Parts: sequence; structure tokens; C-alpha cells
Amino acid sequence: MNISTSTELICFAILSMVVVLGSLGVILLANIVYSAFLLGGVFMAVAGLYLLLNASFVAAAQILVYVGAVNVLILFAIMLVNKKEDLKPIKSLQIRRVLSAGVCAGLLLLLARVDLTTPWALPGPIAIGEQATERIGEHLFTDYLLPFELASVLLLMAMIGAIVLARRDVLITDVGTGDSVDQSLIEKASTPLLIDKSTTN
Amino acid sequence: MSMVTPLGTASQVLTTPGIDLELSFNQAMQGLGLSSEVAHLIWLPLPMLLVLVAAVIGVLVTVWLERKISAAAQQRIGPEYAGALGVLQPMADGLKLLVKEDVIPARADGLLFTLGPVLVLVPVILSWLIVPFGQNLLISNVGIGIFLWIALSSIQPIGLLMSGYASNNKYSLLGGLRAAAQSISYEIPLALSVLAIVMMSNSLSTVDIVEQQNGAGLLSWNVWRQPVGFLIFWICALAECERLPFDLPEAEEELVAGYQTEYAGMKFALFYLGSYINLVLSALLVSVLYLGGWGFPIPIEWLASWVGQSIDAPFIQVIAGSIGIVMTVIKAYVLVFIAILLRWTTPRVRIDQLLDLGWKFLLPISLVNLLVTASLKLAFPIAFGG
Repeated sequence: MNISTSTELICFAILSMVVVLGSLGVILLANIVYSAFLLGGVFMAVAGLYLLLNASFVAAAQILVYVGAVNVLILFAIMLVNKKEDLKPIKSLQIRRVLSAGVCAGLLLLLARVDLTTPWALPGPIAIGEQATERIGEHLFTDYLLPFELASVLLLMAMIGAIVLARRDVLITDVGTGDSVDQSLIEKASTPLLIDKSTTN
Repeated sequence: MSMVTPLGTASQVLTTPGIDLELSFNQAMQGLGLSSEVAHLIWLPLPMLLVLVAAVIGVLVTVWLERKISAAAQQRIGPEYAGALGVLQPMADGLKLLVKEDVIPARADGLLFTLGPVLVLVPVILSWLIVPFGQNLLISNVGIGIFLWIALSSIQPIGLLMSGYASNNKYSLLGGLRAAAQSISYEIPLALSVLAIVMMSNSLSTVDIVEQQNGAGLLSWNVWRQPVGFLIFWICALAECERLPFDLPEAEEELVAGYQTEYAGMKFALFYLGSYINLVLSALLVSVLYLGGWGFPIPIEWLASWVGQSIDAPFIQVIAGSIGIVMTVIKAYVLVFIAILLRWTTPRVRIDQLLDLGWKFLLPISLVNLLVTASLKLAFPIAFGG
């Protein structure tokens, strides 16, 4: 065993440990902010696994999309509504737990079966490395065009939904003056800072 | 001689004959009785260390420039006692921060509080991996090049959110949220303007992007073909670095110091270092993407042929390498100068103006820029890298 293969093995062991332990932490930790940060760590470890497989473009895309966008948005949402409140006790919690454990075990069995019955070609095809970017582009615009476009429609739907939710059409009136209240989300752009003295004098 | 270190891998060296320091280092180590692999392991950290030192020196120079230029803008003298013209002032600042007490607020989250600054600094330093100072003068000519930088810079907001949250201070939290919102909004036009460049040079690699601009010296720089993209990129880079007029996350009149409020000592220094390394990195990348990178305004090949020398001659290579480094650094520091001047002469925008500028102006413009570039590439393949 030479230096490069042993480095690869050590990296693989560390990364998979981070993925497994991190994912357990995401679901088991009580503090939801810790879970969200750990999720970012897990995403990065998965990117590291892609890098080990010589798929650098996929690794960078993983970081950009999952760490840079998805995880940041999750954190954003958590921090904007970070209220400490006691959750109401849920009825028949035990039955729910048993049911969800059953579903998860079924999924695990399914995956294990797929893993065992698929005739894996070992060692796999040689990684194309740097040409992967071109190959992915070719596939996206030829035989995977339909899924690609469907995914963009899905994103468009999510976007329209978000805009509809964010637009507050209900007018709120000021209790004191009876005027409608400026509801722009962040600092008000339209309120003049200096009082116009020509009218008051 | 050490200035023209081909920091790249052996495979790159095969294509360009000339001085190969890695090979000679390897042979020298083997002469001392070490195996080739061990010699390679000893070699590996050397280019990284060199670039790290270069980055830190770049920061020291930038801090000094910032102090001097701000003084000039405000008709003061600025630092003058530490070294000649105050050149040692940044060192004094650094030393002060190094020996300051490292305070973690009592109700803060110690772990996240410590991890935050690290997460801000590490991606920025990692991005120096792809900055070329010459044909072979970079740590690694990775194929995904510029895309790696975009991906890495998207990690930063997590560190900012983390330190904002962990400080347990409302100003910090607001600063962190603003920083994340700002960097998400400006990343999109930034990536789109980079995409237009990538489309013209048919490659993501920074080395290829510079090569493509150096056909006819000054005239073939990307800034002439992508003037709109250049402006968008520069505005977005300033916003990503949180420089005035976009320094909303640490606006001192509203948020004390934003996410840095509770930080002191070395942890504060990490933020400080991170923001300046990021500024120098952004300036370097603007020079790589739009201003011809290491290219001299007149191509080196022409100069060599006028003198009657082959471009592969060792002497010419040493000179070409040195000119390359000097050109990259000069271009970057002109941009740093503009950034500093902007900081001390422009007022800060409001957060709603900032987000409006990002989403309602820069994003549509950069989409149009991309579309126009694509159609020009189809219409004039000679000029736009068909």
C-alpha cells in the first residue's frame, strides 16, 4: 500500500464517520440550531466523498447548492423564528414512534436488498475527472432534458408560492391615526427622515 | 530563481519546458537518501505556505494602504511612527490583537462562538488555491477553477450566521442575518457574470481564462468584451467583502459592529484578516477574469522576439515569470486602491436599497449580459471565443 491509497482510505474513513455521526446528531440533538449547523457539516462531508471519487464538479455543486443555499436558508428560517416554547405533549406518541420506526426499517431493508442484489461492476469505470463538467452538461441538455426542465418548473412553483405567502394583502390600520400602516418588511424606505419645515411654519 | 517556481504538478510541466523547481527539489531530496514519495510529501506544503505568507503580507500591505489613503482622504497624516511612513503599523495592530485577552461572553455559546470566525476565514484562504500568478505559478490548476471559488465563498455566510447566533446579542444576530442575506443576494449576479466569462473562454480553469485574454496584450483583455460584466462583478465583489458602500452587516451607527460586536483578541483578528484576505482575493480575481491576469499590456512573446530570444530560454522565463507576478499584483492593488477610495468617499446604502439593487437591478442586467454574450458568441465566434 503506497502513500496515496492509504491517504485515500484514511480520508474515506474520516468522512464516512462524519457523515454517519453527523446525521445521527442532526436527528438526536435537542437544540435545533445545532442540528442545522451539523447538517451543513454532513453536506460538506458528502462533498468530500464526491471529491474522493474524483468528481470535483459534483463536489463543488454540492457545496454551492446544499451548504451555500439550502443550509443557509434553513438557518435563516430557524433564526428568524427562534422562539423558546414548550411543545404540547403529543397523544399516542409511542404508537407514532413504532410506526415511523417500522417505515424506516422497511426503507433500510429495501436499500440493503438493492445493495446486495445489484451486480456491482468492481472496480467501477475509470473516473473521467476534469471532463465530467462537459459530460454533465451534455446529459442535461440531451437525454435528461425532461427531468431537468421538470425540476425547474418545480422550483418556479416554489418561488411563486413563496411570493404569494410573502405578499401581505391584508391592510392593517394604525390604532392611533387610522391610517393604513406601511408594511414593507425591513426598514421603511418611504418615511422622510427630516421634517419639512416649510409646512409647519 | 525561486520566484519562477512552477508550483503545479509534473503533468503541467511536461507541456512547458523550462525551469521545474519541484523536479529539482525532488532530485535534491533523493540525493539526500529519501524516497521519491517522501520528497513529494515534503514538497507539498511548501507552495501552500508560500501562498499563505503571500496572502498575509498582502493583508498587511492593504491595511497600511487603508490607513494611509483614509488619512489622505480626510486630510490627516495617518500612521507615521511605526516604521518609515508607518509601514509597521499593521504589524503593531496584529500584535496588539494577538496579546489581547480572549473574552467569551458568559451567556454565549462557547463552541459556536469559536467555530464561527474559523468558518469565515478558512474558505477564503482555500480560495487562494486557484489564483494564478503565472503560467505555472499557482498551487493547483484544478479543472473547475473559478467554480470552486464560487462554491467556497458560499460557505462563509454559515460562519457569519454562526457567530451572530452564538454571541447571544441582538446586534450580532441582526448583523449575521444581514450578512447572510447580502451574500446570498449578491452571489447570483456574481456567478452569472463569471458564467459569461466562462462561456467566452470555454473553460472554468483560471489559467485558461487568462491564456484566452493574452493573445494581443491589452486589447484582448476581457474588460473590453465584458464591460457590463466587469462592473457587475466588481459591485458584487465589494458587496461580498462587506466593504462600504455595502458594509450593512457591521454598520456601526445601527448595529455597533454587527456579528463582530462580542469578539475580541485573536477571534476578532480572524474576522479582520478574513475580510482583508477576501478583498485582496476579489481584486486578484477581477484582474484574472477581466484584466488579463499575469499578462503584460504587450505580449511577452512579442517582446522576446524583438530582442531575438526564444520564449523557452531560461533567462527569458525568469523575466517573464517575474513580470507576470508583478503585473498580477499591480492590477490587483489598483483595484484595492479603488475599493479603499470608495470606502472613504461614498455613503452607506440602506438595507432595502441594497437588496433592491441586488435583486431588481443587478440580477436582470446580469441575465441580459449572459444572453447577449451567448448570442455574440454565436454571431462572432472569432471575437467571443466560439
